[in-house]
Amino acid sequence: MSSNGSLDSAIPPGPLAEKWTNYQAKAKLINPANKRKFNIIVIGSGLAGGSAAATLSELGYNVKCFCYQDSPRRAHSIAAQGGINAAKNYQNDGDSVWRLFYDTIKGGDFRSREANVHRLAEVSTNIIDQCVAQGVPFAREYGGLLANRSFGGAQVSRTFYAAGQTGQQLLIGCYQALEKEIKKGGVTMYPRTEMLDLVKVDGHAKGIVVRDLTTGEVSSHAADCVIMATGGYGNVFYLSTNAMGCNVMAAFRAHKRGAYFANPCYTQIHPTCIPVSGDYQSKLTLMSESLRNDGRIWVPKSKETAAKIREGKLSGNDVPDEERDYYLERKYPSFGNLAPRDISSRSAKEACDEGRGVASTGLGVFLDFRDAIARLGEDTIRSRYGNLFQMYEKISGDNPYKSPMMIYPAVHYTMGGLWVDYNLQSNLKGLHVLGEANFSDHGANRLGASALMQGLADGYFVIPSTLPSYLAEVTPGSVTTDAPEFAQAEAEVNERIEKLMSINGTRTVDSFHRELGLLVWDKCGMARSEEGLKEALEKIPAIREAFWSDVRIPGKADGLNMELEKAGRVADFIDFAELMCHDALDRAESCGGHFRVEHQFTPEDEAVQSGFTNDGEAKRHDDDFCYVAAWGYKGPGEKPDLHKEELDFESVELSVRSYK
Amino acid sequence: MNLTLKVWRQESPNDKGNIETYEAKDIPAEASFLEMLDIVNEEIIVAGGDPIHFDHDCREGICGACSLTINGVPHSKENGITTCQVHMRKFRDGDTIWIEPFRARAFPIVKDLVTDRASFDRIIASGGYISVRTGSAVDANSLPVNFEDASESFNAAACIGCGACVAACKNASAMLFVGAKAAHLNLLPQGEPEKDKRVLGMVRQMDAEGFGNCTNQYECEAVCPKEISTDVIAKLNRDYATAATREAVE
Repeated sequence: MSSNGSLDSAIPPGPLAEKWTNYQAKAKLINPANKRKFNIIVIGSGLAGGSAAATLSELGYNVKCFCYQDSPRRAHSIAAQGGINAAKNYQNDGDSVWRLFYDTIKGGDFRSREANVHRLAEVSTNIIDQCVAQGVPFAREYGGLLANRSFGGAQVSRTFYAAGQTGQQLLIGCYQALEKEIKKGGVTMYPRTEMLDLVKVDGHAKGIVVRDLTTGEVSSHAADCVIMATGGYGNVFYLSTNAMGCNVMAAFRAHKRGAYFANPCYTQIHPTCIPVSGDYQSKLTLMSESLRNDGRIWVPKSKETAAKIREGKLSGNDVPDEERDYYLERKYPSFGNLAPRDISSRSAKEACDEGRGVASTGLGVFLDFRDAIARLGEDTIRSRYGNLFQMYEKISGDNPYKSPMMIYPAVHYTMGGLWVDYNLQSNLKGLHVLGEANFSDHGANRLGASALMQGLADGYFVIPSTLPSYLAEVTPGSVTTDAPEFAQAEAEVNERIEKLMSINGTRTVDSFHRELGLLVWDKCGMARSEEGLKEALEKIPAIREAFWSDVRIPGKADGLNMELEKAGRVADFIDFAELMCHDALDRAESCGGHFRVEHQFTPEDEAVQSGFTNDGEAKRHDDDFCYVAAWGYKGPGEKPDLHKEELDFESVELSVRSYK
Repeated sequence: MNLTLKVWRQESPNDKGNIETYEAKDIPAEASFLEMLDIVNEEIIVAGGDPIHFDHDCREGICGACSLTINGVPHSKENGITTCQVHMRKFRDGDTIWIEPFRARAFPIVKDLVTDRASFDRIIASGGYISVRTGSAVDANSLPVNFEDASESFNAAACIGCGACVAACKNASAMLFVGAKAAHLNLLPQGEPEKDKRVLGMVRQMDAEGFGNCTNQYECEAVCPKEISTDVIAKLNRDYATAATREAVE
């Protein structure tokens, strides 16, 4: 392990609130006539990639945009339900840029970079203006002005929303802007095309190797810089709320070429998802967290009762109140069922680990509306949650008005990502990383309604201002695909494809993915221990070995072959899982959603004795771990190299989160 | 449960294609329709065959990728859902299920059940947007929008671009898709300046792509997973007539 001083976060000087304004005033510019000489590659067409590609094209740059989906409109940003935060203070309830900044820093458990988060809060207001002008149909009040709602982790109403389809509407706005630029010729779109390698020339990111998923053709694209906006890595767990195709390949390929991967162990586990029903299951569905406003979470007090429910001999309704354990209300009397995401998730896991889970698999707890229906009437509950109850019934086949829902936590978002500086540039010059794919804004835990905000901030407003600081240093068009590095990378990509196709083993790609997912979920999921992480680090190489000797990929490589696509992604997930476990092992503290069982408050702690926090709560170690862990790739199966970016908090004071 | 599947298999765009029969055994009733196909595919792969290819991604009814015609109905006969939201408990043990792609001339088949719906993207590129350069927007609340118009616009904007409307239509018409986009943007004051250009551009591109005409069968509305009303088609016809007339006069 080595600490390395080479990580320059390039934070501009001056007071926090003036950094971005001063930066923009002094930033380098590219003359309009020169912009069209620059070629820019954008990988990913979600909120971050799509908004960047459209905006850079509007500015006059030549953009090539790549996505694995059949259309840029299908990127997984589309699935975000809740909303997007902005410090508009339209409700006159005391919101401000400072408050949004502070809530985000605190929500991230003091593990994010102040300057980036403040800039995010500043541009949040421009995003809403931009989206409304594009025709995004946000919810409105009868007077015609925009409506807001409140969301977790905030005491103001600053969340803009479009029913439960906020992500969809924002993405469609961004997609339409992108299509407009495609028609104009500023953007060339490559759908059903997957990035398989990053090409570095003289140490700078200058292109990519891609595979056309329809024809199987492998080809190279050169550019003056590369922008990656390829989302998160939640699917390393196999089951998550991500789309089936979401993967870490592009980011991991860049990592293998020298880009540092920051905080890979920071993943967000969402407490209210529909439980797994069997080993055939392909994904998990999120139920809005708002259900916890009226639903009561419980499991039976006795394991015997729980077993009867699992076997279908007893239903939740048959269990009398005195035999129920409303564990969140018991442990957190003042927050009750509205305890924060990480606490709620971990408590559900504990109850199930004790053998008190109620779903047939043992992994599920009740979310019961019986008392709320008795108190408020079925009609009121229907008006509040009707669409969610309907969705639940479609998936589970149970009627939540009549019997309690079952929920269980699931992987939802990943805060870690490629390391970037203030310019959103990776340590690899020329490589810029936006949205969920970078690490910078959410620390160890992301607040609700912040992911959409960050993706669009990065793409619409940050990268167009910061990219010229790199472009001004390079001669446009100086690198073409004739450079030998492209032929080399292409050869390596082809070799990997041939190797995958030639194994012809006995197991399917999914069987390896499931095995890996179960392991990392168990050892590097909601609760982690040194022992468990070491065990995972021993087991992952065996999975890798089995994969590369026994996977079976049917068909041919020169056409549409979805098993081959999955195989490439799973191969990288296996290597990535190792990186994630190394990071989790290094971070010997509990913060955000990352709970290390060895690091929790005990009855001996002063904060517990004084009543400030509870025995068993997550314990940060600010003296030792107030840093970003940026990992450098060292070779297959080798322990990665740790580079630390120390986090300086100039404007906020680090404090213990308390939920009592 | 055990099922018999009759599945459209087609190696490549120019291949003739045919229906193949598969036995789906021991399918849990809790599985989704696509998970049932996953199970069948695992067996095909282990047995040395080529798995059935189909488009899918989010598996929660919002991305618009999944596109199966199930027993002759796009997204199955259940109302208001996508293929990925269909669950096996809706079928009975011993059922035979016919699975075909979304068929239309403008959606050429790539492989098996996978189709190329890029024609929809080209329609959007021909006017399905509001031109606003990033950074040039005014304050979001400076332009109040009448509540009813905002709601109607929102309902039309719910379209996920799956193409079920086209697949269900005997003419393979894309009028519901185009109408939904036109209504979404034309109903808003922001969309007013480009209204004529938008409608003319999208309709002409729709025709150029080979989509058919609307003959008021309402099959599109019946299969739309977002239950978009054919009112948007009526509105599109009005907006198109106005725009075409203005264009002719000018």
